Amino acid sequence: MRPTAPVLLSATLLIAATGLTACSSGSGDDPDTVRISFKQSTDNQIRVMDKYLASMKTQFEKDHPGKKVKLVPIKAPDSEYYTKLQQMLRSPKTAPDLVYEDTFLINSDITSGYLKPLDSYLAKWPDWNQFIDTAKNAAKAQDGKTYGVPDGTDTRGLWYDKGIFAKAGIKTPWQPKSWDEVLDTARTIKKKVPSVTPLNVYTGKPGGEQSAMQGFEMLLYGTGTGPGTTDPLYDRSSNKWITAGKPFKDALNFVKTVYGEKLGPDVSDALDPNIGTRVRGELLPKSKLAINLDGSWLPQDWLKGSGHEWPEWSQKLGLAHMPTQNGQAPGKVSMSGGWTWSIPSKASNPDLAFEFIKTMQTKANAQKWYIANSGIAVRKDVAADPAYVKAQPGIKFFTDLVASTHYRPAYPAYPKVSTAIQEAMESVTTGDSSVEKAASTYDEQLKTATDGKVITK
Amino acid sequence: MPPSRGDHQVKPGRGGVRRPLTRALPLAPSLVLLLLFLAGPIAYCAYIAFTDLQLTGQAHSSFVGFDNFTAAFRDDAFLNAVWLTLVFTVLSSLIGQNTLGLALAALMQRASKTVRTVTGAVVVCAWVLPEVVAGFLLYAFFRREGTLNAILDWLHLPTQNWLFTLPILAVSFANVWRGTAFSMLVYSAALGEIPKEITEAAEMDGAGGWRRMWHITLPMIRRSIGTNLMLNTLQTLSVFGLIWVMTRGGPGNRSQTLPLFMYEQAFQKSMIGYGTAVALLLLVVGSLFSLVYMRLLRSEA
Repeated sequence: MRPTAPVLLSATLLIAATGLTACSSGSGDDPDTVRISFKQSTDNQIRVMDKYLASMKTQFEKDHPGKKVKLVPIKAPDSEYYTKLQQMLRSPKTAPDLVYEDTFLINSDITSGYLKPLDSYLAKWPDWNQFIDTAKNAAKAQDGKTYGVPDGTDTRGLWYDKGIFAKAGIKTPWQPKSWDEVLDTARTIKKKVPSVTPLNVYTGKPGGEQSAMQGFEMLLYGTGTGPGTTDPLYDRSSNKWITAGKPFKDALNFVKTVYGEKLGPDVSDALDPNIGTRVRGELLPKSKLAINLDGSWLPQDWLKGSGHEWPEWSQKLGLAHMPTQNGQAPGKVSMSGGWTWSIPSKASNPDLAFEFIKTMQTKANAQKWYIANSGIAVRKDVAADPAYVKAQPGIKFFTDLVASTHYRPAYPAYPKVSTAIQEAMESVTTGDSSVEKAASTYDEQLKTATDGKVITK
Repeated sequence: MPPSRGDHQVKPGRGGVRRPLTRALPLAPSLVLLLLFLAGPIAYCAYIAFTDLQLTGQAHSSFVGFDNFTAAFRDDAFLNAVWLTLVFTVLSSLIGQNTLGLALAALMQRASKTVRTVTGAVVVCAWVLPEVVAGFLLYAFFRREGTLNAILDWLHLPTQNWLFTLPILAVSFANVWRGTAFSMLVYSAALGEIPKEITEAAEMDGAGGWRRMWHITLPMIRRSIGTNLMLNTLQTLSVFGLIWVMTRGGPGNRSQTLPLFMYEQAFQKSMIGYGTAVALLLLVVGSLFSLVYMRLLRSEA
């Protein structure tokens, strides 16, 4: 024991010393540096945002002499990005000055007190009037204050491979009128072109919000009749969440059919957390996937200089809107979300952070960003600019969908509801449980997630 | 280290209380640090387990008593995780690492020096690898285009995606692969301690290999078995990285052991309070196992 005691003592002193120095060097103290956290793609070849922010940094540092921008990328799949961000937001030591927030989670983070209301800044910023109203509401909390500046929105639809359709003898342009038509087309492709995956619908927990929004909700919101009438997830009159009724089960049944009949990717691939990256980087460009239910932003991966350059995509792929269940009015369905730039409540340089938002959101810079990330404009001046509309094939198709799109009930409980949806999807995808069982498990989880604020309709 | 046996017998009465105190003085800083960095967080965790603290979606947390614990026992996913944790522990630790480690150690006693060195090096290699690296290696082994299927294909046997069809078996195998070295080292040391005369005498009396193992070797290394089981079990109960890399607890919840369940509740569903309660329950499971093994050790001593 004896000879070890001095060693132990010096070791403890060493640990104590390093611990103390680590404490004293908080990284957010520099009043001239604005620290920005954003989600970096898990695909090393996709650096659209990195490049855009790097150019914004140069511009900002030139316009604000003496000020510095420090980019703090978080490289993680969606669900892990949020977790890491929330942990950073909890403490003033780690909170960045500016964060990139998904609108599906923003209300939850607002409720936690992680974000700062921006109203006083927005009131003095003339450009805010250029934002369309739905976008202004994207980050407006139940307290009526606004907590984020949106940098675009998105819509969703069906991407299909014209080459595979030709081989299967299906006429293009293709526009299915109902779910059955989508499934029938997939069945035909499975029979005629057996070497490809007929239809991809994101599913399960590994895909996170991608499964819930591009997958399940694109189905669920197509069971009703048009936007703004009834929300199949949340009842706005009673402020309660809706349990799994027939629409919910129908949507689950669609997922079950896709994977049960092997119309989708192999289940083990579908449940791989990197399925999204594979679809965009490999399956679509290499003509291994016939129909893909996905978002408007896909071309950002295929633009010049983005790693998987594929300029011919607009000749090879066709676009169709997702039909409602039985073709009921308005005939098509889309979901919209988007991301916003927000300032953490524990940020040390909020004023400088808002200056950076202003730099990113000049008309020219915003337009540059929409085009770089295949985003849908939320600024009226950009949307009206012919240069934007013509910048990319597909922009018109997806911008037109804004008229018939739906927004998620992005209340604080939503992220948990979304997880419950993903679990229900996953259990029918793997065949672990029937649609009925999955729906009743969802009901139970919904009760826990929303503190019993549920209603049966 | 030189033996210091004499120390204990020197003048037991003199300075009775004082001397141990001065002797313990150098330990004080580490004691303080232990209290601060080990006991502190544990106490804080124990406190959080009784609150409804969330990572997001909540302005203030409040004390909820035993709600998290009762919720756990009513949660099918929790019970599923408990069951899978037991399967994982029994398969990979009790049966796999322990038995295989003993078998390897016993075989190596008789093997030539070269064989012993090579086997030892290979097995220890697996143990030295970081958990995540081991996870990736075994993921590559079991995945659909992986090594195992390549071999099966070559033998004209049917292939399948093992991580999908038999996830809990695949991760158990991975843990055996990784952890057997430790048992092997423990048992090699223990077997080396058995006096040659006893084994030889038994051999003279006509006892075969199995009988010698059962009646002489095993009783003599009983203490090592107890220690080894305890360390193995505790290590296996807390395995996270290996399973996370290989299956993330999926497909569905079919390889979701308690540490993964806890991670999902605390960090993916933001329910820190509930996740911490589950962590405490895991601690209880661990101490139950330890108690059983301690019993085993004590009855022999």
